[in-house]
Amino acid sequence: MNYRLNLTGLKTIVSKEVIRVMRIWIQTVVPPAITMTLYFIIFGNLIGRRIGVMGGFDYMQYIAPGLIMMSVITNSYGNVVSSFFGAKFGRHIEEMLISPMSNATIIVGHVAGGIIRGLLVGCMVTAIALTFTRLRVEHPLITLSMVLLSSAVFALAGFMNALFAKKFDDISIIPTFVLTPLTYLGGVFYSISLLPDFWQHISRANPILYMVNAFRYGILGVSDIRIGYAYIIVGSFALGLFAACLLMMNRGIGIRE
Amino acid sequence: MHALSIKNLCKTYPNGVQALKGIDFLVDAGDFCALLGPNGAGKTTAIGIIASLVNKTQGQIKIFGHNLETDPEAAKSCIGLVPQEINLNLFDTVLNTVLNSAGYYGIGRKLAWRRAEQCLSELRLWERRFEISRNLSGGMKRRLMIARALVHEPQLLILDEPTAGVDIEIRRSMWDFLRRINEDGTTIILTTHYLEEAESLCRQLAIIDRGRIIENERMTAVLRKLKGEVLVLSIDRELDEAPQLEGFATKLREDHQLEVSIGEHTTVNALFAALSDHGISVISLRNKANRLEELFMRLVDSNQKEPGNG
Repeated sequence: MNYRLNLTGLKTIVSKEVIRVMRIWIQTVVPPAITMTLYFIIFGNLIGRRIGVMGGFDYMQYIAPGLIMMSVITNSYGNVVSSFFGAKFGRHIEEMLISPMSNATIIVGHVAGGIIRGLLVGCMVTAIALTFTRLRVEHPLITLSMVLLSSAVFALAGFMNALFAKKFDDISIIPTFVLTPLTYLGGVFYSISLLPDFWQHISRANPILYMVNAFRYGILGVSDIRIGYAYIIVGSFALGLFAACLLMMNRGIGIRE
Repeated sequence: MHALSIKNLCKTYPNGVQALKGIDFLVDAGDFCALLGPNGAGKTTAIGIIASLVNKTQGQIKIFGHNLETDPEAAKSCIGLVPQEINLNLFDTVLNTVLNSAGYYGIGRKLAWRRAEQCLSELRLWERRFEISRNLSGGMKRRLMIARALVHEPQLLILDEPTAGVDIEIRRSMWDFLRRINEDGTTIILTTHYLEEAESLCRQLAIIDRGRIIENERMTAVLRKLKGEVLVLSIDRELDEAPQLEGFATKLREDHQLEVSIGEHTTVNALFAALSDHGISVISLRNKANRLEELFMRLVDSNQKEPGNG
């Protein structure tokens, strides 16, 4: 493998993705800022005042890490699925497929683009959160590693969705029917300790629960799950999804006739 | 050295359609080769497989000696492709389209800029470099796709109907450009439906029909196979009936025009002499049909009449 060639290719894809995010900032950056501001006002400020304390923190503080993580994963996913499917639909994906770049480089480049958008939006939501409440990062390494891992997992999931998608409907089905319910049921707004045992067990099958809780642990120092489990689960998802995407690309599934 | 070597290439689509039925095809380095065939003959499938956009069912492809399956990086580095359909990112600027393509081939930004300027200037697009490609005309988009395919200086350039829907002026300038890069050493494979384009540009000709190569020879050898041709002459006066010329079949057309069939053993000089004997002067002449077109139709027709090909 020619590493110089692939490194230049990777830089090209990443810069192309960043330019795309910036060019359509009104679609990529503004909507999550507005949505999250509304969440903080309605759930944090208005309803949160009546809820009081959760996990030892006031409700606004408690939901802030979950809302940051929610915006990171939805934007990482959304960036890759729309960019890669758009390239497939417009057929300019062909310029990458005919090039000598490896399939792994194509995947990593798009995933990096998704992570960058996720982090950008995450930073913006954090800034918005800080106008409503105080946050002190308890474990910076855990916070950073978990946000990067989670973002990568959802960017990879978005890539896979784009590979399978044949029409624009196909890229909105997963976010609507899978991603959103899992996110809302993933402990963003509540601690699973509030749920009956049965629903606690069911909730533990939701990978987003581990991401949100590990990230919350990184910021607030409280979690419903063991952090070690979170790394194992999120790491396994990242590796598994990368392997699946690479296999699909190598076989040409969704990209070659 | 072969720029392209294809052995027993087969493609069967999941719906059972056999697009390619064991193609063998060689293109010499530095050659300018036309790949012709009717719609659905398998040209675009073959090109798609060479460019790694379509999975083959069977067969072997080597590009400048590099096996596309076992050494894809080296093989793909040699190819530049201009596809049939516009496949530009319409929201990218002209310059970024070319720079990004260079990046995918591992070319650093500095060199990519230099090459982009060179390619875009040669294709008269440098002035429009900051425009998004959506705003370009059809001909400009085609030229941009050529610039994009050339930025990594491929040894083998494959053009799939590059002049389709392009006006005659741009088509002629593209021909000049392609001739120039071929003279500079780039091997070119061209598919086109404009047979005069193939005849004018290419030295090698392959005709593909129903998934098989039915002709693969030098252009001159192929054209020699024509048993004769039909000329349309503009003459200086109106005739009541076609003149009887020995050795030539003649037919009177409307308005000072005469159609003459010339066999393979007669010459145009003899025709002029015969006409002169009848006191007829020729103002101009042209072929009734493009020579290659005639041959192409004949080959494709006979292939389709063969048992098992119907």
